[in-house]
Amino acid sequence: MMKKYTCLVIDDEPLARILVLEYLQSFENIEVLAECNDGFEGMKAIATLKPDFIFLDIQMPKINGFELLELLEEPPAVIFTTAFDDYAMKAFEANAIDYLLKPFSKDRFEKAVSKVLAQLGSNQQNTALTAVTEDYLEKQDTLTRIVVKHNHVVRILALQELLYLEAYGDYIKLHTAEGVFLKKKTMSFFESHLNDKEFIRVHRSYIIPTQAIVKIDPPDFVILKGGSKIPISKTGYVKLKQVLGM
Amino acid sequence: MDFEIPIGVAFTDALVSQSFFLLIASILFLTLKYYQPTEGNFFYLRIWSLLLAAGATAGSYEILKFRFEPNVHYTQFLYDSLTIRFLFQVLMVGMVTVLLWLVNFHRQDKSLNERKQMLEDAAKDAELYNLRQQLQPHFLFNSLNSISALAGSKPELARSMIQQLSEFLRHTLNKDDKQLVSLKEELYQLNLYLQIEKVRFGHRLLTSVQTDPKCEDLLLPVLVLQPLVENAIKFGLYDTLHEVLIAVSANCNEGKLVVEITNPFDPASSKAAAGTGFGLASIRRRLYLIYARNDLVETIVQDNLYIARITIPQ
Repeated sequence: MMKKYTCLVIDDEPLARILVLEYLQSFENIEVLAECNDGFEGMKAIATLKPDFIFLDIQMPKINGFELLELLEEPPAVIFTTAFDDYAMKAFEANAIDYLLKPFSKDRFEKAVSKVLAQLGSNQQNTALTAVTEDYLEKQDTLTRIVVKHNHVVRILALQELLYLEAYGDYIKLHTAEGVFLKKKTMSFFESHLNDKEFIRVHRSYIIPTQAIVKIDPPDFVILKGGSKIPISKTGYVKLKQVLGM
Repeated sequence: MDFEIPIGVAFTDALVSQSFFLLIASILFLTLKYYQPTEGNFFYLRIWSLLLAAGATAGSYEILKFRFEPNVHYTQFLYDSLTIRFLFQVLMVGMVTVLLWLVNFHRQDKSLNERKQMLEDAAKDAELYNLRQQLQPHFLFNSLNSISALAGSKPELARSMIQQLSEFLRHTLNKDDKQLVSLKEELYQLNLYLQIEKVRFGHRLLTSVQTDPKCEDLLLPVLVLQPLVENAIKFGLYDTLHEVLIAVSANCNEGKLVVEITNPFDPASSKAAAGTGFGLASIRRRLYLIYARNDLVETIVQDNLYIARITIPQ
């Protein structure tokens, strides 16, 4: 008997999903477990249904395809589908990842599926996936929001919610009024992807929002709204003075 | 003339004269570095060169005379050769001036060319960007993908979508930036766009277009509403997960046409603030170029509604 495979189709356009389903009909050994409208649904479905692979659109409401992948600890194999996204295409090329450009032919589709089925179970795809996700997110412009996962729930943090950022091993602690969220990123990622007028890295381990500063206690500390006392380094103090025009 | 002058004296003479020449050459160099004469005031540069030459001659004369005072034979020779010394300095200074002027001219010409090239490149980039913007690759390819899906199950719908897409593209390509069209025409084009988007997004996208019939013949710049509706769809659809209503309403009074485009957004995520992006900026600029007013595009946030309002003077 032929081995059975399972998959999900994640795309915000209904007709795009219909097309994938139609093309899949010629693969008798592939079962579609669910169709998902957006990244949130995709996230839940991946966690509960554990598919072998997914069809993933990049541009979707709220969280895009890569932000979804970033939240997954053990992502399934992925067939990316996209109409036009300069950054994504560059990231795919750079990491030798196969992807389907909409509109795609049935022939091209079948090749991509066969390729992924052949690769299933090898580690090859996983490392490439991590690399391409990081590559894409790194290339993004200034952040406008931060997607985090907290107790298996996806949360989108607006930048205004941030009280301050603190380094924590391989993670960054995002302090907000609602509590602390963890994000697996580096300090330098946040330093380069946050507006440098609005956020200042005042210390090797701390980034603070400029508007939250209540009082500076030179040369060692700064007091923020909400009362947090944040240490500042010598270079941090210099940056602080520059931004505040002191 | 008898030239019986000791070798030491001749050497000093040469040294002093040449030093003065070097001095004025340097002064000229500095002059031309900070002051590039145009054809009109080239005259002043010539006067300045003559003055420098005269100064150099007088200077070297005074120093040499002072140094070798007792040598009557030499001072007489010095005095006699004053004219030729002066003429020689003028010749040298003239040569230096021309040389420096040529070098400067060449340098300026080069930087002028570079600037011109840069301007041309920037214009080309902008044009390319506009072209890309007009074609909206993301919209176009996604629409084609939808057509591909419809072709299998609902060929009739596929055909009508091809029709709409073609009509839409043709209209976009024919546009001339300064052209004015009636509101009726602009809304027809907008409607084509909305129909295509509704096929793409299915039941998630709801639209409403309301116009006061008496405004229909008023004029506005071609394709000025479309980028605003694109923005509204982008922020509306990509910022929320449920059904989204994009509303367009047009009213007119007191010689003004006012069009409002409304989309819902999620106040919790700050993305809506980015609505001041390229689309709005370029429309503001276009309206400024046509009507010389900067206040024709407004954005309003009301609870979870984002409203873009444009006013077209008639």
